[in-house]
Amino acid sequence: MDGTALILLLTFLVSVTGLLVFIWSMSNGFFNTKQSASHIIFGKNEIGLVEDPASNQTNNELQEAAGETNASLTQKELSDRLIADKSSALPTFVCLLTAMCWLIIGSAAAIIASIKLHEPDWLVSQAWLTFGRMRSVHLNSVIYGWASMAGVGVSLWLIPRLLKTPLVGAKFVYWGALIWHVALMCGVTAIGMGYTDGMEWLEMPWQIDIFIVLGGALMGLPLFLTLVNRKVDHLYVSVWYIGAALIWFPILFFIANIPDLHFGVQGAAMNWWYGHNALGLWFTPIGLGAAYYFIPKVLGRPIYSYNLSLLGFWCLAFFYSQVGGHHLIGGPLPTWMVTLSIVQSMMMIIPVFAVAVNHHMTVGGNIKAVIHSPTLRFIVLGSMLYVAASVQGSFEALRSVNVITHFTHYTVAHAHLGMYGFFTLVMFGSIYFIMPRIVDWEWPHPWMISAHFWLVALGFAVYFIGLTTGGWLQGSAMVDASKPFMDSVLVTLPYLKSRSIGGGLMIMGHLIFMIHFILISLRYGTKKEPALLIPNVNIPFIKEAKVAATELKRG
Amino acid sequence: MAGHIDEKKLFTGALVIIAFATLALVVMPYVQLKHVQAPAELKPYTDQQAHGRKVYMSMGCVYCHSQQPRDAKYAPDDKRGWGRASTAADYAYDKVHLLGTMRTGPDLLNIGARQPSQDWHLGHLYQPRAYMPGSIMPAFPFMFVERKGPAKEGEAVLNLPPAYAKPGVTIVATRDALDLVEYLKALDRTYPIKKTIEQSLEKAK
Repeated sequence: MDGTALILLLTFLVSVTGLLVFIWSMSNGFFNTKQSASHIIFGKNEIGLVEDPASNQTNNELQEAAGETNASLTQKELSDRLIADKSSALPTFVCLLTAMCWLIIGSAAAIIASIKLHEPDWLVSQAWLTFGRMRSVHLNSVIYGWASMAGVGVSLWLIPRLLKTPLVGAKFVYWGALIWHVALMCGVTAIGMGYTDGMEWLEMPWQIDIFIVLGGALMGLPLFLTLVNRKVDHLYVSVWYIGAALIWFPILFFIANIPDLHFGVQGAAMNWWYGHNALGLWFTPIGLGAAYYFIPKVLGRPIYSYNLSLLGFWCLAFFYSQVGGHHLIGGPLPTWMVTLSIVQSMMMIIPVFAVAVNHHMTVGGNIKAVIHSPTLRFIVLGSMLYVAASVQGSFEALRSVNVITHFTHYTVAHAHLGMYGFFTLVMFGSIYFIMPRIVDWEWPHPWMISAHFWLVALGFAVYFIGLTTGGWLQGSAMVDASKPFMDSVLVTLPYLKSRSIGGGLMIMGHLIFMIHFILISLRYGTKKEPALLIPNVNIPFIKEAKVAATELKRG
Repeated sequence: MAGHIDEKKLFTGALVIIAFATLALVVMPYVQLKHVQAPAELKPYTDQQAHGRKVYMSMGCVYCHSQQPRDAKYAPDDKRGWGRASTAADYAYDKVHLLGTMRTGPDLLNIGARQPSQDWHLGHLYQPRAYMPGSIMPAFPFMFVERKGPAKEGEAVLNLPPAYAKPGVTIVATRDALDLVEYLKALDRTYPIKKTIEQSLEKAK
């Protein structure tokens, strides 16, 4: 026993030392990189110029909030950007539209599952409507339908801009998306019918997973083809995040779904290696990659510290990838594995701090700009909730906290803080920025953006605060052996109801968003073309750039 | 153009990191747990129990019920009658794990020892609140057949508490319900076990 522990401890120390050396060598070059690497996303004289296609720019309040400037784009820069945007427009649109459909499907399943927890005799006559299946339909719809597709769509749109290179291989996206969605529809239907592989996050039958892997690979391919053809010297930090995520996710998903390989308790370890890495190595890097682009871009201000952002990237990759075991604290697993995950969970505070400092210093207390930019409103709130979710997660991994929060709704609230408060809000903000560029049209109704924001923000506040409180009370009752178990159930009831109310508000927000999304896709309303692009640039100039872009593309 | 050094760093870095995480959380547990032997008292599932376990998975029971009592030194799971802390050996016949992450309902690793009555389990599946006032477990009436007239021979008929009984209606359990109950009754890891994972490894050598 002692010998084993000693060996494991030594292995651990050696690994950590090795990895620190590795991180140092990886980041070595970056410290020589000038801060100018953070300027890649701008034109030569563009810094200071705001860009938010979602804001109502007729009165130009956003630019005023960011400060007056003489900055401008050259015609060449503008044409290049238009070409980049055009190359990704259709593939991105396909991903975003389908993502939105899954958001609505996932929301419907969510509210049914939520109500069922406090109305257990509601909709009980059909097997597919039972809580255990509705919950999984919800999870798989929002994870593999909404979040993954939104993430891929936003990534496809960002890459040509970040690499200043038109997207290569768009046709792979259409085939990939088709295969992915047919597979996902089969997968969700299978879960409803009771065919499941039985593990959380990995419910879809493995036969269907083969097609998910194929579809995902096809959608990821253009990003790598574009990378090879890039025209920029440095890779902006968002490319590191997005590129790595696209390498990691297929590996995770493939290993986790190999049939007949995993067994018993080892299967549980693998299950949470996958479950937490889906968040840490797939959604988080994409969400952060988007935030690292849109916050500086909207404000026209480079990221505060480029080196810090890259250091944060490698720390996140290393620490986050090993935290999965904290889902099994107190379980029948090797102690060293759980301890490793707890340690790395606490270490996560370092990369999270790096992101927090960087985003905070970039926004620089410019609340006015955040108010005037719909994109920023969502993304800044999302980034703040990323920090909150991560710090909360670190402390939840401590045994003393975990003994109460494990096995309760507290964890459910925490998971939603990450996947909804952080990731989904960042995706909402990104879509507000991207869609006007794709369809060359403004969002028809600014009030719908505000309604969407306030409904999901308030709804989620009700959801999170209620469920966190209820979960904590549930856990406290459960570890008090003098109370009957039923106390831990009854105490949660008011909070489960508040969750349904909060969730209902969020869904109203989603429906408004969906309607608005359809309206802009149909180019509803009157065309206000010039306002869309760059407020400081005059109209004939933009028209010339567009003509030039079209000609360049033909040539 | 600065060559493609950045890409190489990105690819190698990303691959090394995921390889390390996979080694720590997938490969090493695999190697360590592969040799764990089933305790003599633990029997493999019968066909009926194995099918019941499939029903348990298909209905998503795992999303509200864990199967992993924690150590008495850490949490009072034993005082709730959920049993001693489980070890890896207790799951030797569980190909797909059902450890669970949620206790909306109680831990079920030893439910068979705690509640061995088939009648109770069937009735509780049909209407949990007939047996557990305040329970928020879903009812599973679709796992039963309701009809007028007497049951046929060999059929399992529900005897609900008077307040929930339906006069003149015979409620018969389906194969799924019966097998699920067989599985629940088989959940019994009350045999003593002192071996930690490390000790059972010593034995395997």
